Amino acid sequence: MDNEGIARLATLARLQITDDERRQFAAQLTDILRYVEQIQAVDTSAVEAETHPLAPQTAWRDDTPVASLPTDAGLANAPDADRSRGLFRVPKVLG
Amino acid sequence: MGAITTTVNEALARIESRSDLSAFQHVATERARARAAALEADATGRPLRGRPIAIKDNIVARGIPTTAGSKILDGYTSPFDATVVTKLEAAGAVIVGTTRCDEFAMGSSTENCAWGPVRNPVDPTRTPGGSSGGSAAAVAAGMVPLALGSDTGGSIRQPAAFTGVVGLKPTYGRVSRYGLMAFASSLDQIGPLARTTREAAEVLEVISGHDPKDSTSSPQPVPTFVEGLTGDVRGLRIGIPRHLLADGVDPEVRNSFDEAIERAQSLGAVVSEIGLPHASHAIAVYYLVATAEASANLARYDGVRYGHRTQSPPTLGDLYDRSRSEGFGPEVKRRILLGTYVLSAGYYDAYYRKAQQVRGLIARDYAQAFETVDLIAMPTSPVPAFRLGERVDDPLQMYLADVFTVGANLAGVPAISIPGAPTSAGLPVGLQFIARPWDEMTMLRMADAFEKN
Repeated sequence: MDNEGIARLATLARLQITDDERRQFAAQLTDILRYVEQIQAVDTSAVEAETHPLAPQTAWRDDTPVASLPTDAGLANAPDADRSRGLFRVPKVLG
Repeated sequence: MGAITTTVNEALARIESRSDLSAFQHVATERARARAAALEADATGRPLRGRPIAIKDNIVARGIPTTAGSKILDGYTSPFDATVVTKLEAAGAVIVGTTRCDEFAMGSSTENCAWGPVRNPVDPTRTPGGSSGGSAAAVAAGMVPLALGSDTGGSIRQPAAFTGVVGLKPTYGRVSRYGLMAFASSLDQIGPLARTTREAAEVLEVISGHDPKDSTSSPQPVPTFVEGLTGDVRGLRIGIPRHLLADGVDPEVRNSFDEAIERAQSLGAVVSEIGLPHASHAIAVYYLVATAEASANLARYDGVRYGHRTQSPPTLGDLYDRSRSEGFGPEVKRRILLGTYVLSAGYYDAYYRKAQQVRGLIARDYAQAFETVDLIAMPTSPVPAFRLGERVDDPLQMYLADVFTVGANLAGVPAISIPGAPTSAGLPVGLQFIARPWDEMTMLRMADAFEKN
């Protein structure tokens, strides 16, 4: 994992990282990836990729409406909101 | 003043007098006192009536700030209660506050907490373990008799081991995760920390059960766990994966473990050796699966709906990038980057898909072992509590110490850590029992019998 690779991942993950962080993460992730490489040697030809080994059953519920979070409670933690109109506020997206 | 108010006031006083340990993030004094008064006015019998309990700072309760140990959630107060909080309060427990943890539960020492580390009550120069280190320290120091933690790769059991208390990770799906801030959703479980196995069993029973708000919580019936604490473990079959204990285990931890196994035998348990052939890959699998899930779960922190927002971002893209970069600490960034890598085009099959397959093999190992034994025993951690600052610069070394705990999360099976014989310097050592899915009862029976003898 080189500095460029870390920079590309940071863009994908929507993180801005400093040059120092880039160098540090590149070294640490290289170490970690070298360690996890061991799983490539495991024979997995007889096993499916499962999301969970206990395979929880899908839980169905009746299709009836229930109360959800009121708008004002949903907006209560917003860093910026137009509370009277019930909207989160962000910088302009379209010109 | 009634008995419940007295108990709650004593807990609050103890929290205050041991503030040097930094176990608590927020002390909910007024809420706890009001709750104590309300319980006194209502004589209804409740299983945890008047018992003070602390919750980890990644479990939400209305009106109590929750930060998950992160600057990105500084000032956040949930508009709803976690299901475990609703259940605890219905059972009469009094929530006295939140306990400090590693940022988004990512860590084994609380040193990844944005607000500073917790200190171990046994030796304040040492870590209480993590990530539920605040909950463990609070119980060990007698601030509260009970606490909740969350366990994704050992985050309840390892701090319990480091501080000399009981910590239990339930079967995946036993306890609702609604209101637990998600780290790795296929691994996370909420569970109790307590001074005794009996108290842990009492809390487990209250918080267990299906919850329509968490579709992964199971409709499995919840037994009366305390009824299983008979003290009789004659004929119980315990398997030991000796091959896992060959390297890297502190000699004092090994002695404590060997002594524990002899004690289990003297109680009538039958001990045999088992193999968990893929267990040596558990840490590699864990750090691939957990970081992949974390990178997806933590995408929600965008500076729009809640949490930290950067000052005057010129564009929406800057708002996201800068808010996240300012809010997350280094370990969280490291894991998001690793998880993003694992899930990215070209690497998904080689890392994430492969890790899921090996996870299946690890789970199969446990299932096969449980065909011949009732419980699996191993140390909780290969080392006793280490000194604060000792391991912060080498994340991989920190990860490797999770060798005995991550397996239970990957396989979804329940596990408990109870205190074994301490080291010669008096540091606590944890003994771990792992059981079949949904068989917390047998695990609790063994732990309780061990504790009483």
